[in-house]
Amino acid sequence: MTEAWNMTKTELKLFLRDPMAVFFTLLFPLMMLFLFGSIFGNEPDPDLGGRGSVDVSVPGYIAIIIGTNAIMGLPINLATYRAGGVLRRFRATPLRPSVVLGAQVAVGLVFAAVSSALLVVAGRIFFGLRLPEDPAVVLGAILLSAASIFAFGFILASVLPNARTAQSVAMVVFFPMMFLSGAALPRPLLSETIQDVARALPLTHVVTLVDDAWSGAGLNLAAMLVLVGVLAAGVAISTRLFRWE
Amino acid sequence: MDNVIEVSGLRKTYGSLVAIDDVSFSVRPGEIFGILGPNGAGKTTTVESLAGLRRPDAGVVRVLGLDPELDGRRLRQRLGVQLQQAALPERLKVWEALELFASFYEAPGDWRRLVEQWDLTEKRNASFASLSGGQRQRLFIALALVGDPEVVILDELTSGLDPQARRATWELVRAVRDSGTTVVLVTHFMDEAERLCDRLAIIDEGRIVAQGSSRDLIAGLGVEPRVRFTANGSALGFLEAVAGVSRVMREGGEAVVHGRGPILARVASALAEHEIDPFDLRAEQPSLEDVFLALTGKQIRD
Repeated sequence: MTEAWNMTKTELKLFLRDPMAVFFTLLFPLMMLFLFGSIFGNEPDPDLGGRGSVDVSVPGYIAIIIGTNAIMGLPINLATYRAGGVLRRFRATPLRPSVVLGAQVAVGLVFAAVSSALLVVAGRIFFGLRLPEDPAVVLGAILLSAASIFAFGFILASVLPNARTAQSVAMVVFFPMMFLSGAALPRPLLSETIQDVARALPLTHVVTLVDDAWSGAGLNLAAMLVLVGVLAAGVAISTRLFRWE
Repeated sequence: MDNVIEVSGLRKTYGSLVAIDDVSFSVRPGEIFGILGPNGAGKTTTVESLAGLRRPDAGVVRVLGLDPELDGRRLRQRLGVQLQQAALPERLKVWEALELFASFYEAPGDWRRLVEQWDLTEKRNASFASLSGGQRQRLFIALALVGDPEVVILDELTSGLDPQARRATWELVRAVRDSGTTVVLVTHFMDEAERLCDRLAIIDEGRIVAQGSSRDLIAGLGVEPRVRFTANGSALGFLEAVAGVSRVMREGGEAVVHGRGPILARVASALAEHEIDPFDLRAEQPSLEDVFLALTGKQIRD
């Protein structure tokens, strides 16, 4: 256990030393909150079912946070480690391989949690964000989403050979997903066709699941099923495809 | 005492490429055992199989009595490895790397002492990315030793080091052996193998072509010592009559005299008698280079 803790501690430190990671994970969501919050405010809007603009945006921003950690951070880090020979070096120690990979996921989850908490606290203080009636349901929705999207990220982490490819592919996968899924833009702004296409993207279902849980509409069973499926597929595919070198 | 490493009939292929075939050798406790061969000969595949990082297609490997494939993690508690083509996270500091790696072992050595020994004191707070090639190399050797292993594998340990650092490294590797750790040294440097290894295996194109101490390998070759000097056109036929001399040849502007016994002294006095006094008269003992050349018909190059 000591080595698992040390490995995670080290990865946490390394994360904080990486300006890109800190920006995208911790600052970018706050930037979105303050930017759109200051433009649209958070007055109850009948068009939004009586919720404010910030209220409907925050669940999407949480989806963005999960996505940046799982689809950008994880594959880029692991591909960099693989190409440079870092994974190879760790494999030559008595360390369990699962500890090396587990530490990456743990760090992603920790910073996703910190970032989400900052977002909610800032939203509450500056824009009077309405908190969910049942926080446990929201937490459950977020945990399932995180597990599912990290498993999806692991597929990329397994097949992308080096840092450069990982960077490009992760961006090509993530940025369209961020806008089309309704995470960055409220879904009603998107055309019907785009919304249909977006149903193929896992992040869309994260937005649906977290937003429904937050607004009090309960757990969206269809979204849950899709995310469980993505989780299972991600685990199955990446355990088969993952390469240490 | 039993051998520390036993390898027999090891074979590994990558697709249609046979990396190593029928590799067998054993390493005794407390020795520096060399695996010498040109790049691409299969050295790294061999040591990766020892450390449990590769799954051989055939053959038996036992390290400290353990099967690296089945007992890899238990083995690596007692086996340190310095690999080629390895890296650490760029922003990880030297001391952090050593402290982290030390925590992977049940009974680690004192990593602070390794920092001093391997001349990393000034760089303790430097990030991995900022280290020079030689500093990285020394850090990787220190990491291989941080678990206080019974056996340590060093793969091309002096590549990237300047000549002075190479010699210092050789001294430290001897000290590691003298403290009781068995060393497996993988190298393509003839001089390194000859000076440092107690015994060695020469590997070429995936096969072991000879093994033993370098002294025995050289003696077994039956190559005669040579005397060499610059000879600008002087007639040297008289040297063939000198006792022990078997052949006199010319290579470029140099004369090469082959023979047995104290031929340097005899050739010197014969030359003096004929009033030929070259500045660079010297004896050449056969070396591992000659052994390799004789066994494979080629020379090792960098």
